[in-house]
Amino acid sequence: MTKIKSLADLRAMKQSVQEKLDTRVKGTEEGLVQVKVAMATCGIAAGAKQVMDYMMEETEKRGINAVFTQTGCMGYCHAEPTIEVTRPGEDPVVFGYVDIKKADQIIEKYIKDGELVDGVIPVNYEKIKD
Amino acid sequence: MHLLICGGTGCSASKSQEIADNLKITLKDKGLENEVQVILTGCFGFCEKGPIVKIMPDNTFYTEVKPEDAREIIEEHVIKGRKVTRLLYSDPENDQRVADSKHMGFYKKQMRIALRNCGFIDPQNIEEYIGEDGYAALAKCLGEMTPEQVINEIKLSGLRGRGGGGFPTGLKWEIASKNHADQKYVVCNADEGDPGAFMDRSILEGDPHSVLEAMTINGYAIGATKGLIYIRAEYPLAIQRLLTAIDQSREYGLLGEDILGSGFNFDIELRYGAGAFVCGEETALIHSMEGKRGEPTFKPPFPAQSGYNNKPTNVNNVETYANVPIIINKGAAWFSSIGTEKSKGTKVFALAGQINNVGLIEVPMGITLREVIYEIGGGIKGGKEFKAVQTGGPSGGCLTKKHLDTPIDYDNLIAAGSMMGSGGMVVMDETSCMVAIAKFYLEFTVEESCGKCSPCRIGNKRLYEILEKITKGNGTMEDLDNLRNLAGVIKDTALCGLGQTSPNPVLSTIDNFYDEYVEHIKDKKCRAGVCKSLMRYIIDPEQCVGCTACARNCPVNAIKGEKKLPHLINQELCIKCGACIERCKFGAISIQ
Ligand SMILES: Cc1cc2nc3c(=O)[nH]c(=O)nc-3n(C[C@H](O)[C@H](O)[C@H](O)COP(=O)(O)O)c2cc1C
Repeated sequence: MTKIKSLADLRAMKQSVQEKLDTRVKGTEEGLVQVKVAMATCGIAAGAKQVMDYMMEETEKRGINAVFTQTGCMGYCHAEPTIEVTRPGEDPVVFGYVDIKKADQIIEKYIKDGELVDGVIPVNYEKIKD
Repeated sequence: MHLLICGGTGCSASKSQEIADNLKITLKDKGLENEVQVILTGCFGFCEKGPIVKIMPDNTFYTEVKPEDAREIIEEHVIKGRKVTRLLYSDPENDQRVADSKHMGFYKKQMRIALRNCGFIDPQNIEEYIGEDGYAALAKCLGEMTPEQVINEIKLSGLRGRGGGGFPTGLKWEIASKNHADQKYVVCNADEGDPGAFMDRSILEGDPHSVLEAMTINGYAIGATKGLIYIRAEYPLAIQRLLTAIDQSREYGLLGEDILGSGFNFDIELRYGAGAFVCGEETALIHSMEGKRGEPTFKPPFPAQSGYNNKPTNVNNVETYANVPIIINKGAAWFSSIGTEKSKGTKVFALAGQINNVGLIEVPMGITLREVIYEIGGGIKGGKEFKAVQTGGPSGGCLTKKHLDTPIDYDNLIAAGSMMGSGGMVVMDETSCMVAIAKFYLEFTVEESCGKCSPCRIGNKRLYEILEKITKGNGTMEDLDNLRNLAGVIKDTALCGLGQTSPNPVLSTIDNFYDEYVEHIKDKKCRAGVCKSLMRYIIDPEQCVGCTACARNCPVNAIKGEKKLPHLINQELCIKCGACIERCKFGAISIQ
């Protein structure tokens, strides 16, 4: 692992990470679907880990190119487990109350065909960006 | 195309399912069922204007939709591409209809600063944090700013402590920097003892690097090379993520020696707490870290003068720290443009209780309770009536209907008899008894008082006993005066913040719900039906057919009566368990 020894190093790393993320988001990386799973204590207690394991296994079995990220609390405690799915080139969509059955629907309908399924959580906050 | 219908509790109560069904039927009629999907979503939070129907991808937001509007939405909007103007949201400020939800003010109610990365990045991957501008603030401080400039920037930003007290953070740093010593410490308070609060845990679990980065900046600003995080052992996941984050930072050279080639050294370790509320108080916390009993000591000296190992120590809360890197990156002026005159930035609240959208929210200071409850929280569960909001936990108080439009900030909350606290926000409806609520918080304080000073140890116990007496129906009007007097004495004489604030729940409920106390005392009545001793189960002789079901199911044999004749409940024996009411098929039993 390379140590970051200066501001220039840090900037270079930021640049390269951002490029990686951008290619993901813009979907330049052919057909790559991004799934974020809210894995704070509350999410895990509600079963987020099982859902993530299931989705990782199933997307692979069904030949879908997806990356999974364990992330922190999204704030929707009333609707755990929650996941955010980003289809290539599209805005992210958050789904709540995701159990194994719902996860299966999300893969089949939303990830494969872009058809939403019940349980979409409307995002109602502003994120600060420069 | 997608038609999103709010399936939240509030909207469901007003027929969102029927709207969805009608939309589906109409789509089928028109042969569009394969092109357009009808989806039930989670709560939009905007229940006052529900049911909500949102059309994607054009973001049209229809409010107060009725089942019979379904046909028009399909025929006009879906087929002809013309918006149904009468259903569009009309902006209360200028009365204009807003077509695109991205322009609705309501969508800007929440603003994520401290939670900026929570739920977005992988907390266990330092590179994702760096990709979001992580450690850029540290680089800026070390490379371009003197410690004085860093402190000045924090001062200018107006950031105040998020751990409860609201002390100006920049000023605290300045005091610590001016106290010279061979060794100073930076301590992060991650004890988070308020019942129901989990903001700090969420930040540590979702974005641990933001806290590490801020502590390092804090070290640079005050001239400390060691950082300690005091965290309760009951937070295993947060601990694990912190440890991973610390390891990664060290590996990348962002903790340790000669950080970013600046010559500045800083490292962070964890210290575990056993989960005592009083150990969140900074002097008790420091003693606990030193391996002593977790008891507070008198201030001054303040930790900034003499803290951990008797060295100058700067203690800040997790959320306070989470704000620091972004202030450095975006500047004090940006931060101080958010919030109210004396309370800048945002506050994270753990919204709980009788509210539809229980969750973690971050809102700009100055937002009103009404906005939080009805536009973010989705309103009161089951459409019940709002009664009160408790903020500040065991040190805080209750806000009522008359405070619904008060802007929330440090000073207004104190003026209203409560306090910001660390961010617990418990919403209560008409089924909460305010005397019982005061008793609940007092019970917590009695349990958690360390016992070092008598006002807190004995005084709170006495307060609790008087409340107990009132809820049992044995209170007198004199007890109310006693409560007030004793509360005043405890506030004035207790050693630390725990005792100095513990009477607040009692005082604020007496002030705001005086009638309810009087009802308990004079009428022996609890209007919320919470205080069991004050309830009477009564059998109406007219309705009772003498089936004996109640008598047979009474666990204490308090019901007597002949078969086929009206029964009677012996009030002396009755334990108010409610078994009889459940069994009575004739609706003959009621609670008075
Ligand atoms: C009884 C009691 C409990 C406290 N618990 C906490 C706590 O859990 N977390 C916290 O950050 N501050 C807590 N505080 C406040 C701390 O003493 C201290 O003011 C705070 O950590 C300073 O950080 P800030 O200025 O960033 O808020 C508590 C205070 C008292 C009196």
